[in-house]
Amino acid sequence: MTIGLAHYLTVAAILFTLGIFGIFLNRKNVIIIMMSIELMLLAVNINFVAFSVVLQDLAGQVFAMFVLTVAAAEAAIGLAILVVYFRNRGTIQVEDIHMMKG
Amino acid sequence: MAAAVVFLPLLAAAIAGFFGRAIGDRGAQLVTCGALLISAVLGILLFRGILAQDGAQVIHLANWIAAGGVDVEWSLRLDTLSGVMIVVVTCVSAMVHIYSIGYMHGDPHVPRFMSYLSLFTFFMLMLVTANDFVQMFFGWEGVGLASYLLIGFWSDRPAANAAAIKAFVVNRVGDFGFALGIFTTFVIFHSLDFSTVFPKVPGAVGTTMNFLQWQVPSLTLACVLLFVGAMGKSAQIGLHTWLPDAMEGPTPVSALIHAATMVTAGVYMVARLSPMFEYSATALAVVGVIGGTTAMFAASIGMAQNDIKRVIAYSTCSQLGYMFFAAGVSAYQASIFHLFTHAFFKALLFLGAGSVIHAMSGEQDMRRMGGIWRKIPVTYVVMWIGSLSLCGIPPFSGYYSKDTIIAASWAAGSAVGRYSYCLGTFTAFLTAFYSWRLIIMTFHGKPRANHETMHHVHESAWSMLIPLIVLAMGATFIGYFAYPYFVGADRAAFWKSTILVLPGHDSIGAAEGNPAVIDYLPLAAALFGIALAYVCYMLRPDIPPAMAMRFRALYLFLYNKWYFDELYDRLFVNTAFMLGNGLWKTGDGAIIDRLGPDGIAATTRELAREASRLQTGYVYHYAFAMLIGVVALVTWYLLPK
Amino acid sequence: MILQAIMFYLFAAVAIASGVMVVSARNPVHSVLFLILAFFNAAGLFVLMGAEFLAMILVIVYVGAVAVLFLFVVMMLDIDFVRLRSGAIRYLPIGALIGIVLLAELVLVFGSWAIAPSIAGLKAAPIAAGAASVTNTRALGGLLYTRYIFAFQTAGLILLVAMIGAIVLTLRQRTGVRRQSIAAQLARTRAESVEIVKVPLGSPVGGGEDD
Repeated sequence: MTIGLAHYLTVAAILFTLGIFGIFLNRKNVIIIMMSIELMLLAVNINFVAFSVVLQDLAGQVFAMFVLTVAAAEAAIGLAILVVYFRNRGTIQVEDIHMMKG
Repeated sequence: MAAAVVFLPLLAAAIAGFFGRAIGDRGAQLVTCGALLISAVLGILLFRGILAQDGAQVIHLANWIAAGGVDVEWSLRLDTLSGVMIVVVTCVSAMVHIYSIGYMHGDPHVPRFMSYLSLFTFFMLMLVTANDFVQMFFGWEGVGLASYLLIGFWSDRPAANAAAIKAFVVNRVGDFGFALGIFTTFVIFHSLDFSTVFPKVPGAVGTTMNFLQWQVPSLTLACVLLFVGAMGKSAQIGLHTWLPDAMEGPTPVSALIHAATMVTAGVYMVARLSPMFEYSATALAVVGVIGGTTAMFAASIGMAQNDIKRVIAYSTCSQLGYMFFAAGVSAYQASIFHLFTHAFFKALLFLGAGSVIHAMSGEQDMRRMGGIWRKIPVTYVVMWIGSLSLCGIPPFSGYYSKDTIIAASWAAGSAVGRYSYCLGTFTAFLTAFYSWRLIIMTFHGKPRANHETMHHVHESAWSMLIPLIVLAMGATFIGYFAYPYFVGADRAAFWKSTILVLPGHDSIGAAEGNPAVIDYLPLAAALFGIALAYVCYMLRPDIPPAMAMRFRALYLFLYNKWYFDELYDRLFVNTAFMLGNGLWKTGDGAIIDRLGPDGIAATTRELAREASRLQTGYVYHYAFAMLIGVVALVTWYLLPK
Repeated sequence: MILQAIMFYLFAAVAIASGVMVVSARNPVHSVLFLILAFFNAAGLFVLMGAEFLAMILVIVYVGAVAVLFLFVVMMLDIDFVRLRSGAIRYLPIGALIGIVLLAELVLVFGSWAIAPSIAGLKAAPIAAGAASVTNTRALGGLLYTRYIFAFQTAGLILLVAMIGAIVLTLRQRTGVRRQSIAAQLARTRAESVEIVKVPLGSPVGGGEDD
């Protein structure tokens, strides 16, 4: 069968949901959260490119590139914060990070 | 001049009160005593002028209330009755002021004391010179206030504070009756002015008004309500509980207020309102019965008391009863005459007691006195004079006034009159008994005080002795000289129209025709009382304790003041406390506070605590919350419109 | 055509599978490796769609830089195997429910939509006819350096800021390391370097033993 827009969008949706699951279902450590964010951004990228191809509009791919850039920057900073946090607290277990508890 | 008599004490009170610290003890004493002496002298001159004039003179001072039918002015009514009262009040007050110089020596608050004494005198003078009910009420309340201030003068003593409040509250009950009486009078006569009301009284006889769904005779109602006020102020049975406790105040206060002047305000009122009372036989009967009962009741309690001032206080209560039952048989002149003589000998007794207390370094319990008559001779003599006058032994003043009362009550012929006569005679016996019990226990026998106290017993200073001597002279001679004018042959010319006695009621005149036995029985009773006291306390001191043991219940009944205080405590005081406590703890605390501030604060805190549980600190919880929000939004937009 | 479909399903399946493994692997290193696998497959999907430049960029940047960075951090932090703590299952039902609801909604939207006919005028960067002769790379370049030059420069700035931020955050002042601070050296004043002590002739200088 012809692979149409819907297929690509479905794949992206599933990846997006998986990323969301990864954020709040993980009990391991904070890095999983960061990787889940990357997954979500990937899913978004797939969406962009899919639409760009279907609508014959190159702006989608340009934007996907920018998303890529920002994702890389954000990953760098996030990991830097993580490293510093680990230095100060000694743990990145998700359950031990609740200093903001009200 | 009349205005000077009335307002000089007020001026002195203001100066001593506000500038007391500046002018010092001496200055305050000088100002107040000076003002009072001038007032007394002017008062006597004023009295002579009143006797010369014909009818009552009203001096208008200022307008007060003019509202919808109620027209009240500040004015001074000068007639025989007010003149007599002015003389009594100013003279006794002047003596007490001078006595206080010595008695209150060394007290840290002398200017305040002198100021209060003068303030009291001013209010009393306003009361007796009132020409309408409202000014009388003003003076009435004012003397109540001064009494409160003076009883609680030593405010660091809790007993004094409690006594002051008790006096004020019990008086308040009486004042409530007084106020209702004033309202009733206004409803009947549409005026509160004596000059207007008195001529209208005969017209109101026989009318009735609605009182709590009953039709009662209006004049009787007004008079009875007014008399309730007199009961409160003059400590008649039922509203008497404050008088013995008022002895917590300094002795000059007891002498001035609770012997000579304030407590006699009730008697003055009944005499002043004689034009009204005469027309209501029921009211007169009430007055007579209450007066007679009080006389006997108070004397019986006085027999069992051990505090020297309490004995004299109950004596005052008893004598006031005499004055009232005299009024009850329309012998108002005798009533005022007895008021006049009583002021002198009772003040004398109180000030003498003060002298004794002073000599015994503050001891007031007679069981710890004794054997001091040689050491304080002047005090001893004046106490004898006062007691002789009190018991009605001729030729002292008390005989003339008291025996007139008792004779008149027999002569009235009514049931109330005979009742009062019996009680009056029996009370004369009791009066003599407790008076000599007091003298013997205080001055004679072996000394029961400790050696230290006995060593310090000394006669008082001249500032205290001079008033005693002056009052003693009054207690001795005034009766004989004033007798013809007050109740004797010249009484009509003396009183003129001040006191109204209806033709059929003239019990004093009718007393001329009494059998001799009737007339001399009270004297015999008094002499018997003296003899009995001598036997019981001087010759055979073992008899009183034995009697107390034998009749223990009766003794305790008398000693505990007929359990009136306990009764009132249970009936009224506890109820009031429970009501207050209940409204405070439950009404205010539990209900209003819970619904209002406390409740809102607690609820706010609870809500905040619950809300803060959302802040778990875990990022993924927050992300989850965001996700739920996103899903909700998406669902909202997906729903078919 | 059939090849396209097979490749699509293959890439899609592996991507989704590796996504699941990223979240649920026990060993964090495995998680990172699965992430890399997911990226590769996504790149494959891009190639299938005809955006080959983006696919290669995905591999170079994401896999080559970001995922490797993740791996570095995981290794450096020496994260141990984690025992699954009790109580973790508590949120599973509600979380799964929410997720499935979301997924369902997304699929609903994608399955039932239509492209508006007026889209032709709305294109931001329409691909011109005869574009088949221009490579994806060239097309993108032509667009990027002309129309979107501002965004391009901003992206560069973002990367610069991120680099500085990462360095600043993780910089440690090591104690015990002696280094020169030229600025401090040049800013020294005479007052803090020289001290004149008046010493009387013949007596010893008594300032040496107690510093």
